[in-house]
Amino acid sequence: MIKIEHLVKNYGSFCAVDNISFSVESGEIVGLLGPNGAGKSTTMNILTGYLSSTSGKASIAGIDILADPLGAKKLIGYLPEQPPLYLDMTVKEYLNFNYELKGCTLDREQHIAEVCDVVKIKDVYNRVIRNLSKGYRQRVGIAQALIGNPKVIIFDEPTVGLDPKQIIEIRNLIRNLGRDHTVILSTHILQEVQAVCDRIVIINKGKIVADEKTENISRAVENNRRFNVKICGPSREVLAMLKSKPGIAYAEVLAERDGDAYTYTIESEYGVDIRKNLFFSLAEKGWAMIGMEALGMSLEDIFITVVDKSEGSDKNARRDARRSSARKTRTGLEADVAGNLYRDAEARRRAAEEEALKNNAQDQDDDY
Amino acid sequence: MLAIYKKEMRSYFINPIGYVYTGIFLVFSALVACYTTLVSESYSTTQYFTYMIFAFIILIPLLTMRLFAEERKGRTEQLLLTAPVTITGMVMGKYLAALTLYVSTVLISCINFIPIYVIAAAERAGNSTEFTHIGPVTAQLVGSVIALLLLGAAFIAIGTFISSLTENQLSAAVVTIGVLCAMVMLNLLNNITDSDGNQIIGSYVIRAVINWFSVLSRYYTFSYGIFDFAAILYYVSLILVFIFLTIRVYEKRRWG
Repeated sequence: MIKIEHLVKNYGSFCAVDNISFSVESGEIVGLLGPNGAGKSTTMNILTGYLSSTSGKASIAGIDILADPLGAKKLIGYLPEQPPLYLDMTVKEYLNFNYELKGCTLDREQHIAEVCDVVKIKDVYNRVIRNLSKGYRQRVGIAQALIGNPKVIIFDEPTVGLDPKQIIEIRNLIRNLGRDHTVILSTHILQEVQAVCDRIVIINKGKIVADEKTENISRAVENNRRFNVKICGPSREVLAMLKSKPGIAYAEVLAERDGDAYTYTIESEYGVDIRKNLFFSLAEKGWAMIGMEALGMSLEDIFITVVDKSEGSDKNARRDARRSSARKTRTGLEADVAGNLYRDAEARRRAAEEEALKNNAQDQDDDY
Repeated sequence: MLAIYKKEMRSYFINPIGYVYTGIFLVFSALVACYTTLVSESYSTTQYFTYMIFAFIILIPLLTMRLFAEERKGRTEQLLLTAPVTITGMVMGKYLAALTLYVSTVLISCINFIPIYVIAAAERAGNSTEFTHIGPVTAQLVGSVIALLLLGAAFIAIGTFISSLTENQLSAAVVTIGVLCAMVMLNLLNNITDSDGNQIIGSYVIRAVINWFSVLSRYYTFSYGIFDFAAILYYVSLILVFIFLTIRVYEKRRWG
C-alpha cells in the first residue's frame, strides 16, 4: 500500500532523512519510533506531499506522490504533529470545509455524522474550536484525517499532550481504524507502538535502525536475563559473592534498603538460568533471599541500546567509510540485544546495501 | 479551490477584519466624496479617486496580510498542502476571495456618486442652455472605477505575495504598505525639480523606465475616460507575476 524507497531529505547541509526504505502492506498498523529530531515527521511530511524528497521515491497504492500528487493525496488522511485547526471555526464548519477541500463524494450529512461518532465529538459539534480542550482538539484533528474515508491514515504523534484516559481512547480508536485502513503513526512512546502497532520501524538520525514485527520485539522483551534480588546480609560480602559466582555477568547493589536487606541488580550470562543456583548458594551462606523480580529487557532498554549504538556509529562514520561502520554497529547490536531481533533486519539491510553498492559502483570508481 | 475561496470569504466575516475593512473604507469614501464634490461644489471626481488610491495603500494590506501568514502561524497550511488541491488552486482561491471583497466594496462605494448626479440633474433642469455639459463626466467616472479596480487587484496580488513570505501578519501588513507606497510614489520622482527648475533625474531613459514601472502613470489615462488596453495588460501582468511568485514561494518551501 505504501512504499518508500531510498528516501533522502536534506535541509541545506543537514540530512534529516538518510536513505530510508520500507513498505507497509494494506491493513497494517505501523509505528515509526524514534527520539525527537529522528526524521519521523519529515518522513511523514514527504509521504503526504507536504515536503518533497531530495531523492528517492514514495508511493501510495502505486501512485508516486511526486508524479501524481493529487491522486496520491486523495488516498491519504493526515494528522500532523500540531492539528491543523482553524480556531475561529466551529467543529461543524471545520469538518464541512474539510469535506469540500477533499472533494468528497460521500453523503455529506451522513459521512460527517459517522466520523463524529467514531471520534466522539458529537457533543462539541457546534462549538468554536478555540474553546475546546487539547483532547477534543486532537480528536477534531483525527476527524479531519478520517473525512473522505481515505485508505491510508497517517498520524504524527497522535497522543502528545493528552491525559492517560484520552491516550487509551485514542489508542483504541487507532486500533479500530486499523481494521479497514492502513495506518502509520509516529511516536516516541514505546508502550504506544507496542499497544497499537503490528510492526515497528525504529528511526534515529534519519536512518532505520530496526524494522520488526511487534511480537518479535515483545519476545525479546520476555527473554529475561536481569533481576532485582533482595538479599538479607552484609552488602559488601554479598556483592562480592554475586560477582564471583559463575553465570552472573554483572551485579551491583542498589541504594534501596529494607531492614537488613539490600536490593541487588544482577544480569546472567546469555542462556544461563541462575535463579535456582543462586537460591541454594545464598542459603548455604545463611543469607535469606526475600525477593526476586525479573526485569527483563524492556522496550526502553532495546530502544536506548539501538539508538545509542547508532549514535556511536555516527562518530565512527566520520572516520570510516560509511557503509562498513554501519555494519559494525549492527554486529555490536546483535551481541547486545542477544536475540534474533535484528537478524532479519540485518539480512534485509545487507541485501539492500549490496544492491546500493552495485548501483553506486560507477560513482565510487569516479571518486577514487 | 472553491472550498478555499469559500473558507476565506467566511473567515473575513467571522473575524472582525472583514467588517473593519468594509466599514473603514465605506465611511472614508463617503466622507471624501462629500468633501471633494459636495462641500467644494465640484463635479470633478479626480481628487476623490486620488484619495481612494492612497486609502487603499493602507486598506489593502488589511485584506491580504492574513491570507498566508495566518495559515503559516497556525500550521494550517499543512492541511491545505496535503489536501488534494494544487498550490495554484490554493493561491487563486485566496486571491479571489480578497478580490471579491475588494471589488464588492468598491462597487458599493459607487453610491457616493448618486448625490452628485441628483444635484447635476437639478441644476440641468434649472439651466436652459443645452450645449454646456453640467455634472460629472460619466466616461471619466467609469474609467476611474475600472482603473481603481485594476489597481486594487494588482495591490492585492502584491499583498498576497508578501503575506506568503512571513508568518507575522503585522510585518506582512507593514511591508505591504511600504511596497505599495513605493510603487505609487515612484513617478513622483520624475516630477521633482531642483532650484533651477531642472528635473533631478536628468536622463530621459530613466524617467521612461520609472514611468513604465509606476502604477499611477497608467491610472491617469483611465481617469481621462480613455479605455487603455495596454494599461489593462500592464495591470493583469502585474497580477499574474505576483501570483506566480506566491506559487513559487510555496513550491520552493516544499523543496527547501
